[in-house]
Amino acid sequence: MNIQDIIKPENLVYAKPELMNDTDMHYCPGCSHGVIHKLIAEVVSEMGMEERTIAIAPVGCAVFAYNYLDLDWQEAAHGRAPALATAVKRLCPDKMVFTYQGDGDLAAIGTAETIHACNRGENIVIVFVNNGIYGMTGGQMAPTTLMEMKTATCPKGRNEQLTGFPLKMSDLLAQLEGTCLVTRHTVHSAAAIKKSKKMLRKAFENSMEGKGTSVVEFISTCSAGWKMSPEESNTWMLENMLPVYPLGDLKNE
Amino acid sequence: MAEEIKLMKGNEAIAHAAIRYGADGYFGYPITPQSEIMETLMDESPWETTGMIVLQAESEIAAANMVYGGAACGKRVMTSSSSPGMSLKQEAISYMVGAELPALLVNVMRGGPGLGTIQPSQADYFQTVKGGGHGDYKLITLAPSSVQEMADHVSLGFDLAFKYNNPVVILSDGVIGQMMEKVVLPDFTPRKTEEEIRKEQPWATLGRLKGRKPNIITSLELDSEKMENNNLRFQAKFRKIEAAEVRYEEFSCQDAEYLIVAFGSAARISQKAVELARAKGIKVGLLRPITLWPFPSEVLMSYLGKIKGILTVELNAGQMIEDVRLSVECKIPVAHFGRLGGIVPAPDEVLDALTKMIDKEDKQCISKSKQ
Repeated sequence: MNIQDIIKPENLVYAKPELMNDTDMHYCPGCSHGVIHKLIAEVVSEMGMEERTIAIAPVGCAVFAYNYLDLDWQEAAHGRAPALATAVKRLCPDKMVFTYQGDGDLAAIGTAETIHACNRGENIVIVFVNNGIYGMTGGQMAPTTLMEMKTATCPKGRNEQLTGFPLKMSDLLAQLEGTCLVTRHTVHSAAAIKKSKKMLRKAFENSMEGKGTSVVEFISTCSAGWKMSPEESNTWMLENMLPVYPLGDLKNE
Repeated sequence: MAEEIKLMKGNEAIAHAAIRYGADGYFGYPITPQSEIMETLMDESPWETTGMIVLQAESEIAAANMVYGGAACGKRVMTSSSSPGMSLKQEAISYMVGAELPALLVNVMRGGPGLGTIQPSQADYFQTVKGGGHGDYKLITLAPSSVQEMADHVSLGFDLAFKYNNPVVILSDGVIGQMMEKVVLPDFTPRKTEEEIRKEQPWATLGRLKGRKPNIITSLELDSEKMENNNLRFQAKFRKIEAAEVRYEEFSCQDAEYLIVAFGSAARISQKAVELARAKGIKVGLLRPITLWPFPSEVLMSYLGKIKGILTVELNAGQMIEDVRLSVECKIPVAHFGRLGGIVPAPDEVLDALTKMIDKEDKQCISKSKQ
C-alpha cells in the first residue's frame, strides 16, 4: 500500500490546531506549557471564538505565549493580568477573555489582583499553570514550592521558619463567592489531557454565560527548574505535587 | 442656546467632563484630596446613559493596570489619584509608554514624601515631568489652574493621548481639585463604536478578525537592536510633541522687567501678586506653563535681553526652577519661592519674595558697576 493512499481526510485522527502558529517553541523539553497552549487553541477554535477572544499573557515562562496562539494578546506586567482582563471584559462584554499565568505571577506578585478579580466574579477564565517554581528566572522558590524542595533561592530545601508553606491559591479562590468553577488538573497523560480539556471548555463557556470567574489550575512539570528528565519530572510531580495539590473540582457550580 | 454655567469643585468637573467627552471607562481607588472624582462618577452612573464603565479597584496598582487593559482595546480610559497613589501607578504608566498606549491620568497632588499630608502641594513635578517609572520616557503633562481648565483638560488630554499614543497626565493639586468655581462643561460626544475604534486604532486588541494578523500589545523586546529602535521611535515622537504641543499663558508680560513663572494653583496666587506688584510700580509679569512637558523653553528664551530676573513660585522646594534655569541657560538670575508640606502661600508672601529678589539684583548691579 502507498502512504498516499492512507493520507485521506476520513483517516485523519489528529491535526495541529489551526490557532497554533508555526513559531519555534522556546519551552524546555518536558514542559507542560506546550500542551496547555494546544488545549486552549483547540477549545477556542471548537467554540468558534477565534475572532472574539482576547488573551492576556503573564510575566514568566509564558511571557511569549502571544507568539504561539493566533489571537489578539495583551502582555501584562508581572501579576497584573487579572486587572487587565477585568477592564477588557467590562469594556467589551461580548468578548471571551482569559489570562494565562504561572504560580509566581498569580500566587506571589499578583495575589491581590487574582483574589479581587475572582471576588468580583469577573466573567473571565484564569488558566493557572503551577509548577512550584520560578522557571523563567532560573528556578527560584515560589510561594507554591513544596516543603523541603530545593530551588536556587532555597538550596537546602524550603524551610517553613524562613518562607512559610505552599500557598494553595485554588483552595483560597474556591472560597470566594465570585468564582463558579475552580478545578485542578494535569496534562501528563492522554487521559489527563482529555479530562482537563473538558473542564477548560466549561470554563470558557461559563465566562460567556456570565456565571463568574473560572479558574483552571494545571499542576505542571519544570524539568529544567527541577533538574530532572521529563520522565522523572512526571513521576516526581505525581508522587510529590499531587498530595499537596490534589486533582479534581474544588468548586463546580 | 446659552451656555450653561455651573458651580462645582475641580474634581467634580473632571468627572462630568469625562462622561461628556465619551470616555469608555474610569478605574480608581479612593484617596484624599481627589475622591470626589470617583464619587461623582458613581453618583452619575454613566453606565446607564453613555455606557461608560466606572470601577473601584482593589488598589492603585490594579486601577492603573486596568487602564492599561482598556487602553489596549483602543478605549478611552482613565484613572485618577493623589501623590502616594500615583507612586503606585508608575509601573503601569511605564508599561503604557512602552506599549504606546493612550490613557488619561489625573494627579490631584498632596504633600509628601511618604504619607505626607492631605493638603495641597506641587511636589510631584519631578515624578511626572522627568518620568516617575523606569525607562526613558516622557508624559504630556497638563497643569490646570482653574476648575474650567480641569474640565477642558479632560478632552484635551484624551485628544493628545490618542494623537500620540502616549499617556497624558493632568497634574493638578488639592487647591484646584477642592475649590469651587463656575464652569461651562463641554457638550456630550457619543462614545466610539467598536467599528470606529477598529478603524481609528487598528492596533487595538478587539479580537483578531479573519485575514488580519493578531494584534499584540507588549512593551517586551529581548532583541537589543529592535529595543533600541523602539526607543528611538519613542524619542522621535517626544521631539514631535515638543515641537507641536507647548501651551502657556502670559499675564502682564509686555513691558515686564521681571517674570514670575508658576503653574496651577501657584499661578493663581502669583497672578494676584503680580497685580499687587504692579500697583506698587514694579514691572513684573506672569508666565504660566500650561504644558509642563513639553515645557515652554523657547518662550522663556525669548525674554532674554528683556528681563532682569525670574522668580519661580511653586508649592515645593524648587523643582520646575531647574527647567526654567535650563531654558534661559542660566544667563539671568532665577530665584525660587515655595512653601512646603501643604502650606499655600498668600499673594503678599509672593510679593515679598519678589521684592527681596529685586533688591538683591539691584545691590549686585550696584556692586558690579562700582568694580
